[in-house]
Amino acid sequence: MTLPLFFFYLFSAVVIASALMVIASRNAVHSVLFLILAFVNAAGIFMLAGAEFLALILIVVYVGAVAVLFLFVVMMLDVDFGQLRRGMLQFMPVGALVGIVLLLELLMVAGASYLVPEAAGTGALPIDQTVDNTRALGLVLYTRYIYLFQASGLILLVAMIGAIVLTLRHKPGVKRQDIGKQVARDKQSGLEIVKVQSGKGL
Amino acid sequence: MDWFVNALDYLLGVPVLGLGTEVGFVWKALLLLVTLLVFTAYVLLADRKIWAAVQIRRGPNVVGAFGLLQSFADLLKFVLKEPVIPAGADKAVFLLAPLVTVLLALSAWAVVPVAEGWALADINVGILYIFAISSLAVYGVIMGGWASNSKYPFLGALRSAAQMVSYEVSIGFVIITVLLCVGSLNLTHIVIAQQEMGLAHALGVPWLAFLNWFWLPLFPMFVIFFISALAETNRPPFDLPEAESELVAGFMVEYGSTPYMMFMLGEYVSIILMCALTTLLFLGGWSAPINLPPFTWIPDPVWFVLKLSLVFFMFAMVKAFVPRYRYDQLMRLGWKVFLPVSLAMVVIVAAVLQFTGWGWHGGMGA
Repeated sequence: MTLPLFFFYLFSAVVIASALMVIASRNAVHSVLFLILAFVNAAGIFMLAGAEFLALILIVVYVGAVAVLFLFVVMMLDVDFGQLRRGMLQFMPVGALVGIVLLLELLMVAGASYLVPEAAGTGALPIDQTVDNTRALGLVLYTRYIYLFQASGLILLVAMIGAIVLTLRHKPGVKRQDIGKQVARDKQSGLEIVKVQSGKGL
Repeated sequence: MDWFVNALDYLLGVPVLGLGTEVGFVWKALLLLVTLLVFTAYVLLADRKIWAAVQIRRGPNVVGAFGLLQSFADLLKFVLKEPVIPAGADKAVFLLAPLVTVLLALSAWAVVPVAEGWALADINVGILYIFAISSLAVYGVIMGGWASNSKYPFLGALRSAAQMVSYEVSIGFVIITVLLCVGSLNLTHIVIAQQEMGLAHALGVPWLAFLNWFWLPLFPMFVIFFISALAETNRPPFDLPEAESELVAGFMVEYGSTPYMMFMLGEYVSIILMCALTTLLFLGGWSAPINLPPFTWIPDPVWFVLKLSLVFFMFAMVKAFVPRYRYDQLMRLGWKVFLPVSLAMVVIVAAVLQFTGWGWHGGMGA
């Protein structure tokens, strides 16, 4: 067995095992940690496929930022997992439906490439082998798909602003630090010298 | 036993340190690891000595001449102590956290070029790899803080999660401005670009090589990168996750002996990595500051280590004389000052490069 093949099976086995543990583990924080393990190993598979830019971006974005915030939230939740499990049967039909739809789609993709091998890759741009994949991705993303790329950026921006608007509360009476104001204060406005007569007070 | 004999033959067949062969790769990795760990021991000592000197103390001076063996004595002490795991802790995650910290910190060094061709792996996406690995460093802190199952570590972990993610954004933008000037994600290309173009070439005095380096044209980004690197590695004045005056020792409260040592080791290795990154991105990597004989006689790796040490000296001085930030001030600096400034600089640099045609074109198609 060659080394890349060995690593492919190693990464895939870990991805599948940790994905299973995400739903099987009793502790929500453990679930998120297993999810992170799955992400990192998926990045390993990308790396083996020669898509090093995608692999590293997966780690930077999903593992380094999204999963951190996810973990941040899950750590602070005070959830009784026994309680959550009791409602499991109730949600089973919906979950099963989603699972079956996903499975069917996967089967269709896999089946199509098995039955009609020449159909695979017809929708994709030909890959320029002379440049590295960071540059190749940039050349396609910023020329042919520029409008779609900008639109997805816009959607993310709207989502971000929406989240901020939904959670922003201006509480009256909260003291906030205004650094500009603090720096602008001088001796005259900040200090008053009073001559106090002894024994009298103010 | 055949395979064992074959492997032994293979190992002994090449000269020890047969660099360049496949087995040599293992030796190279070991050499880098050992050098790095010994260097870390002395960087730790230097940190304590500089801190002491600023406060007019002597610092560690008992073990060995001038205390030169202090770090090794500490290592022995930590290793020989009994690790204590709190009863309420999540044992697996508790022990995994320091391992994650130290492994991530060390693995980032695989792509750092100490001189031309002196990188363990000179990959095309080197800078992205370092950025990805250092963005994972936060997990050691979060996992340690959560698994300890106690108040102060948890507060420390919560603080670090927000802090490290915030400053990573501005570090990312700083790296992007440098990449725009270079046009390549390869760390070796970044250094070569600083040798082949720049102000010294434009002024017709190419021997003043230090004017070529990116610290001069990208000076605001240099400052932002330095400060963000402090925050990213939890160095003072941004050491809120382990603020001793409010959180005892933050996420490390429950740790002792070897696990604690691994946290400290990981922290210092990633600090040195940030110093190395500053050197590579802004201070011309391994190139001599003046391209004239007395300076060019000094070998390249020595220049790299000298520059790295200079940046670390600045890290240590900041630790010695800057008071700790308050948490809201830290967030304000990250999101309201650094993020807009670095974002604006990305746009400005991109526009300048586009309209003047400056920038390095040697890495095209590489």
